[in-house]
Amino acid sequence: MQKATLGRVYVWEIPVRFYHWLNALSLVVLCVTGYLIGAPLAIQQASEASFAYWFGKVRFIHFVFAYIFFFNFLFRIYWGFVGNRYANWKNFIPYRKKQWKEIKQVIAVDVLQRDNTPIETIGHNAVAGFTYFMTFLAFLFQCVTGFGLYAAMSTAWFPKLFAWIVPLMGGDFAVRQWHHAFMWFFILFALVHVYIVFYHDYVEGRGEISSMGSGWKFIEKEYHPTLKDEKSSAQKPAG
Amino acid sequence: MSTQPRPTIWEHAQTKGVSRREFLTACAWMTAMLGLPASAVAQVTKALETQPRIPVLWFHFQECTCCSESFIRSSHPGIADIVLDKISLDYTETLMAASGKQAEEALHDTMTKYKGKYLMVVEGSVPTADGGVYCCIGGRTALDIVQEAAAGAKAMICWGSCASNGCVQAAKPNPTKATPIHELISGVPIIKVPGCPPIAEVMTGTIVHLLAFDRIPQLDGLGRPKAFYSRRVHDTCYRRPNYDAGLFVNSFDDENAKRGYCLYKMGCRGPVTYNACGVMRWNGGVSFPIQSGHGCIGCSEGNFWDNGPFYRHLPNFPGFGIETTADKVGVGLGAATVVGIAAHAISTNIRKRHLIKEELASSEDVKDGRAEQGGS
Repeated sequence: MQKATLGRVYVWEIPVRFYHWLNALSLVVLCVTGYLIGAPLAIQQASEASFAYWFGKVRFIHFVFAYIFFFNFLFRIYWGFVGNRYANWKNFIPYRKKQWKEIKQVIAVDVLQRDNTPIETIGHNAVAGFTYFMTFLAFLFQCVTGFGLYAAMSTAWFPKLFAWIVPLMGGDFAVRQWHHAFMWFFILFALVHVYIVFYHDYVEGRGEISSMGSGWKFIEKEYHPTLKDEKSSAQKPAG
Repeated sequence: MSTQPRPTIWEHAQTKGVSRREFLTACAWMTAMLGLPASAVAQVTKALETQPRIPVLWFHFQECTCCSESFIRSSHPGIADIVLDKISLDYTETLMAASGKQAEEALHDTMTKYKGKYLMVVEGSVPTADGGVYCCIGGRTALDIVQEAAAGAKAMICWGSCASNGCVQAAKPNPTKATPIHELISGVPIIKVPGCPPIAEVMTGTIVHLLAFDRIPQLDGLGRPKAFYSRRVHDTCYRRPNYDAGLFVNSFDDENAKRGYCLYKMGCRGPVTYNACGVMRWNGGVSFPIQSGHGCIGCSEGNFWDNGPFYRHLPNFPGFGIETTADKVGVGLGAATVVGIAAHAISTNIRKRHLIKEELASSEDVKDGRAEQGGS
């Protein structure tokens, strides 16, 4: 094989990276506190209730991170319209024929491993983009059901905006159950997501893992003749 | 509509020998029932002096009569009497003296004479399977009766969980297709007073509101009076401080149960149930389930029979059979995912071995100093 000539491409801008890590932190905190709310620890103690507030604190942290998560998510949607081409909303919804073609290709190359043709996309490939779109829908569902449940115990106007979900789903019980069940979507997603990042870095050597820290990826020039025109691409030797 | 003006509630009370003092006492009771301040007594009194008695048709369909039982056991002796006396209960299968033809006639008379003016009260759901044959009264189906009576009703109260959300007979598999009233009737204001049964004071309070103000009380998103259903049992529970402190009963016979800690882990539905149990309590404010050491089963919430088991916080996950919670499904899927990831990682090292080898080989070039510019 011809030795790959790599070029640096600035893929993930600072706001995207900031969003990513804040989102990751929020999800971890929300899953852990959320699970504890659903299944609190069994503590045997002879204390008076007035001396402790740990469950209240767990719930408080959950609610605070719910707000952080929601507004961070809102910010990412905004960035989908003003960010660079890799952050654009068009990467996430497969409405073009080309994206469906790429979905088939990614399944053949990365999932079924029938084929070793490199995938040309620099940012999110079509399967990744679509998966993130699904997670956005799950984010939305969790925000609506979560704030819908929270509305009953809050006097703030913001959670009240979501109170309509409770009658729609038939009551708090159903809303709570689905809010809980969707937590597992994020846990499964995180497992697969982390693995896939390692997989891509291992197989392709494009710096997939570090890209979410530095923003840069290393892309083979021969697959991307347009790379030379890329404003953000560095023409100097990497390293 | 009627030829002679109907007597007002106060006039009617006088014919029954009620003194002014007794009447004012009743007005004060009613004001308290509505949760209004003492300053509103005059307003309620004036309303009862000027309002004619509301004709009421009280229907019983698929139900166990626990709502009626609760109602007539209203805590303060006489409150239900007061209310029953202030309304003109023209038809109710379980309490009326008339039967057969006379009963049907009374029903028919009220429906024609007070068209658009009577209050319709429904206890029980309506079966719709097989043409509604599973509940027939006087040779007619419940569906037929409810549709006819609703057409001329001023407003409708759905007593209890049966009429409000179907309750036990609408639980899976719901063989008779028991249907809550709001799914069958439109165009009439519907007030839902769910509970199995509802608290007596909540029932009388709802009726009193209609009597005193001649309009339906403020309702929440699910059509329940906000005065009684805007807060969760959890919010008004005296064990709530234990919840916030993380002090939970872990089994019904442990130390924590004796100490009266929160029953959340025992499946208490207080956090998802909107009702006034924690405030009004039952049997004249004596107790309520949580005070007796048993979690709330959420009897005033829709589908509460299907959200089982009652003694576990997380319900069965739909479609996965009994004893399967969302967490069990989640852990199963997580394990499957990890196995899938391991299989894929192994497969990657087999099927992509040439690719990886070539990449490693090109890296050797760098070591030998033969790398081109741009190599990394």
